[in-house]
Amino acid sequence: MSPRRQALAAGLKAVAPMVAAITPFGVTAGVAGLDAGLGPALTMGMSMIVFAGASQLASIQLIDAGAAVPLVVLTALIINLRMLMYSAHLAPHFHHLPLGWRSLMAYVLTDQAYALTISRVMTEDSNRFNHWFFLGVGIPLWVVWQLSTAFGYWAGTAMPPDWELGFIVPLIFLALLMMSINSRAGVIAAVVAGSLSVLGRGLPAGLGLTLAALAGIAAGVIAEGRRGGD
Amino acid sequence: MAAIDPLWWVVGLIGLGTFAWRGAFLVFGRGLRMPDLVRRGLNYVPPAVFAALVLPGLMQWQADGTLDMPRLIAGAVAGAVAWWTRGTIPTLIAGMVMLWSLRALMPV
Repeated sequence: MSPRRQALAAGLKAVAPMVAAITPFGVTAGVAGLDAGLGPALTMGMSMIVFAGASQLASIQLIDAGAAVPLVVLTALIINLRMLMYSAHLAPHFHHLPLGWRSLMAYVLTDQAYALTISRVMTEDSNRFNHWFFLGVGIPLWVVWQLSTAFGYWAGTAMPPDWELGFIVPLIFLALLMMSINSRAGVIAAVVAGSLSVLGRGLPAGLGLTLAALAGIAAGVIAEGRRGGD
Repeated sequence: MAAIDPLWWVVGLIGLGTFAWRGAFLVFGRGLRMPDLVRRGLNYVPPAVFAALVLPGLMQWQADGTLDMPRLIAGAVAGAVAWWTRGTIPTLIAGMVMLWSLRALMPV
């Protein structure tokens, strides 16, 4: 197998459980679009143009509640602000690629694609085909996200709410969280960000998430400095 | 001319803004030199952001003001499984089975 195919295959393999796990999340986005009366074109258009689950659910809820356009847009963009941090962290590993590649990568950048790729480049930074790994992760997520949104819109109301499949979403992030902690300072960053996020849940427009994450990052850097890095 | 649903503006603006975040460094700010402090901070983006995303989902209060304990316990068990196995599938199975069992054992 060529190294390019190897990297692609590694991405596909790493993303397989994530793909299964995002399905109920995508279905939820489709059901939400149906319930809010968005219509099929807008519901699918949102999944294709925005392609970011948490912000889609939040903006559909706000649209349904009759919120003003600027508030809906602002809320979604604050929820997605974490993508800016992902972009900054990934960019140095991919800046040698042509514009088309980097644009495609930006479009399919998600929490899962970031988490899997950043842990890959940490161990295999010299691999020239890491962008194929990224694609192997990103494309299946995109395809399944579109399919599950469509399924949710047209058939999702048949899913029994008793199953609480929505719980899968925090479970995915829990797995990503545990995989990402590799130092004492990382534990401190997670504890600070997690507790502040719970305390700040009442803040408007998803601000709690962003502020909590920034405080956690600061705590991690400070902890690392104190111990001289570990 | 047929009227376009104004909600397309909402979708378009969110899409553009989100692409701007995603592309800020990957597409637009190529080779941008980041201060050392920022570079060190980026290493803590995964634990901080994922913890901030996950914890409110595990700690939810019910209408009567009490914490949803089955959800929290299932989350704690799944967290332990995630820590030891470092795998997504075992984490999902542990979390969902735990949640369903606790719901069956502790009827509301």
